[in-house]
Amino acid sequence: MSAQDSTFLKTEHEEKSLRQQKLVRMFLMFMTAMLVLPVLGILSVIVARGAPGMSLEFLTEPPRANMTAGGISFALIGTVWLTAVALLLALPLGVSAAIYLSEYARDNWLTRLINIAIVNLAGVPSIVHALFGVGAFVHFLHFGKSILAASCTLAVMTLPVVIVATRESLQAVPQPFREACWSLGATRWQTIWRVVLPNSGSGILTGVILCVSRAVGETAPIMFTGAVLYAPFSPEGVFDQSMALSTHLYNVSTQIPNVPPGLPFSVALTLIGVVLAMNATAITFRMRLRGRKKW
Amino acid sequence: MVTPGAHSAVESMLDVKGLTVRYGAHTALQDVTLQVRPNEIFGIIGPANAGKTSFLRALNRMSDFVSGMQIEGSVHLAGRDIANVRNVYALRRRIGVVFPLPVGLPLSIYDNVALAPRLRGVKSRAELDEIVERCLRRAALWDEVKDRLRNLGSLLSGGQQQRLTIARALSQDPDLLLLDEFSIAVDPVTTMRIEEVLKELRQEMTIVLVTNLVQQARRLADRTAFFLGSRCVEIADTEDLFTGTVKDQRTRDYVEGRYG
Amino acid sequence: MSQDASTRRNAAATEFDRRDSSWWTDRIARTVVFAGGISAIVFIVGILLFIATQGLEFAATRLSWSEFFGSIAWRPNGHPAEYGALALIAGTASTTAIAMVIVVPLSIGAAIYIGEFARGKTREWLKILIELLAAIPSVVWGVIGLHVMGPLMTQAFGVPSGLNLLNAGIILGLMAAPIMTTIAEDALKAVPDTYREAAEALGATKWQVVFRVVLPHARPGLSAAVLLGVGRAFGETIAVLMASGHAINIPHSLFDPVRTLTATIAAELGETAEGDDHYQALFVLGMLLFVITFAINVTADSIVRGIRRKKA
Repeated sequence: MSAQDSTFLKTEHEEKSLRQQKLVRMFLMFMTAMLVLPVLGILSVIVARGAPGMSLEFLTEPPRANMTAGGISFALIGTVWLTAVALLLALPLGVSAAIYLSEYARDNWLTRLINIAIVNLAGVPSIVHALFGVGAFVHFLHFGKSILAASCTLAVMTLPVVIVATRESLQAVPQPFREACWSLGATRWQTIWRVVLPNSGSGILTGVILCVSRAVGETAPIMFTGAVLYAPFSPEGVFDQSMALSTHLYNVSTQIPNVPPGLPFSVALTLIGVVLAMNATAITFRMRLRGRKKW
Repeated sequence: MVTPGAHSAVESMLDVKGLTVRYGAHTALQDVTLQVRPNEIFGIIGPANAGKTSFLRALNRMSDFVSGMQIEGSVHLAGRDIANVRNVYALRRRIGVVFPLPVGLPLSIYDNVALAPRLRGVKSRAELDEIVERCLRRAALWDEVKDRLRNLGSLLSGGQQQRLTIARALSQDPDLLLLDEFSIAVDPVTTMRIEEVLKELRQEMTIVLVTNLVQQARRLADRTAFFLGSRCVEIADTEDLFTGTVKDQRTRDYVEGRYG
Repeated sequence: MSQDASTRRNAAATEFDRRDSSWWTDRIARTVVFAGGISAIVFIVGILLFIATQGLEFAATRLSWSEFFGSIAWRPNGHPAEYGALALIAGTASTTAIAMVIVVPLSIGAAIYIGEFARGKTREWLKILIELLAAIPSVVWGVIGLHVMGPLMTQAFGVPSGLNLLNAGIILGLMAAPIMTTIAEDALKAVPDTYREAAEALGATKWQVVFRVVLPHARPGLSAAVLLGVGRAFGETIAVLMASGHAINIPHSLFDPVRTLTATIAAELGETAEGDDHYQALFVLGMLLFVITFAINVTADSIVRGIRRKKA
């Protein structure tokens, strides 16, 4: 073999580093699997132990026998109430905040302050939100322990979710579109209304779905502001108290004696089913959005 | 409303005095003074980064919406100082702008052209139809798109989008039309067609034509300014610029293609 | 000056000065969305004010700070009532620490794999899985800790109670993993490709590039990721309440039950009456949580922003 031929052959050193590369790759893959596999395992346990108790009656009938039997209809209806009212409050606020930040705000101290506030609203522990809800909505504003107080608390908690998702979708609309529209004599608002918002609708919808899924899963903030252990009827207005899916799951797991072992898993399966279905929808939306650009 | 066509010979459509444009610490345009006469095609030539685009952006007060962009000096449009108008949108409605890279808005072709009339409150369908057809015809685009006005404007070809933006600018019925290197993204045949359109348009409006093609300025402009290094070096009748009767050596070099 | 010119001048003058309905609509819209933007500040300040004032009277007069930070006796219903938060602080600190020990290496490893090694579909799916992981509600994690991990742990280690520090730590770790992985991957992505290309041009292999070039440059972003993970684990409530065993105790082994600040508030808020000492004491705990998470979030956020600015 001539010297020339061996130029492109691997040297021993290179062989070694390639072997190392493979090892490192395997190791990292293993670490990723360690994060992902337990979750898949956990999900399958919930499905395996919760599915036998699932039925149409379980979803549509009220609880019986001190909540050790029967269904979860009141909790489901209560969750729909809480989430809907929270969304009604958080959506207009969140979307307008996002519009302000993306379309009007200049890079100044106030904008920075708003951003810090958003980061902290998202980062403050849910139990602190619960304390705020108790102090501000239940007592100070005299909403009492009610759907309204709980939904207000949830709205404050989920506000950052709406703002961040909406702002991202607004900022994805290219700047030249805005400048073209402005140069036609459009006001900022006309530009937002006719060009920016129509092209970020699906992004806002994603934000809505994520907000709802977050609100559905929260437990601590509603436990002391409006959700009760047991309500013998479904709520008729925002000043009623109600059951909720998440607090019901907490209660059947820890508070209520003699619960059949499968019941918490059936409730958990329902809750996780709702939340994951909504998140999957949001993800699908985002993917389709990316695949179907108008520019 | 400014009456097109009727003007006195002495008054200038655009009167710019000591215009300086800064983006933060960077000075894009320095101390430019010039006048543009009504119904004139005023050419601006010069190499990249000479401040040509910044000049146009100062004219319709885009600086209001672009953070960090600062303006000094004065601009009078039809005798009116634009710095203190109370409704900047009304000002912009009188000024049409065509960008270097065509920006078809993500709306239908029809809605792209109907946008400006709608913004100023035109609601009648018949009136909008008439404006859309007239402007698309004038921009030499009507025959190509008349059967698919509902398609997205942003998905047309580059040359078609550029004619669409010209139609859109015309739909404003502007007094002043600003064109910023419109031929960059357009093939030569389309460029020639647009140039023919511009020659007709000068009957009705004043045109400021920023161009990277020296010969385009020669074909179209009555007078031409030469921008270099964020300053206006020279303003002359276009013919003088090309016949060598200019004062500044740098202008002569640029026109003859020695740099830029 | 001719007649023509002055008419034109006047026409232009009035037109440019007339504020029409679209001008006013824009002005109103701007005010409305500005109010929306300000609402975020109003809420965070509101939270601070309410938490601070609700516990203020008690904190200022009857609470002994040396007892609060020095004693492990938390007996709000005792005679006399005792408010020693040391064990609760230790509970929060230990669960958070265990969670981080378990999950920081995993998250960073996963971020490197997803960001630098995985390609195409694999990468998309991993990111989706991580996102779904983040969506699992706290209370579901609690059920997992209580009904799955707990029994498992009793069997595996033969300990009397499966609800303990280790259980809570693992649950918290898995809950904090998504945000850490996501932010860490962002940090890796923020390292310019030119650095990678330069190292590759010198003949470095992929992992050499990652460990010698990418990781050192991404260090601030990675620390922000860890910080946010800490914040997440630190503030988690329902899941730790269910998985930790909830016993006031300074833990000596992984299998000791513990009790955290968050869980204490969640477990006791329902028993209190508005304004009594116990109620106020819980707000003092809340204030402590607020201040610490605020500091964590602001620090992490300023790091992330700094990276973004440098990149831009």
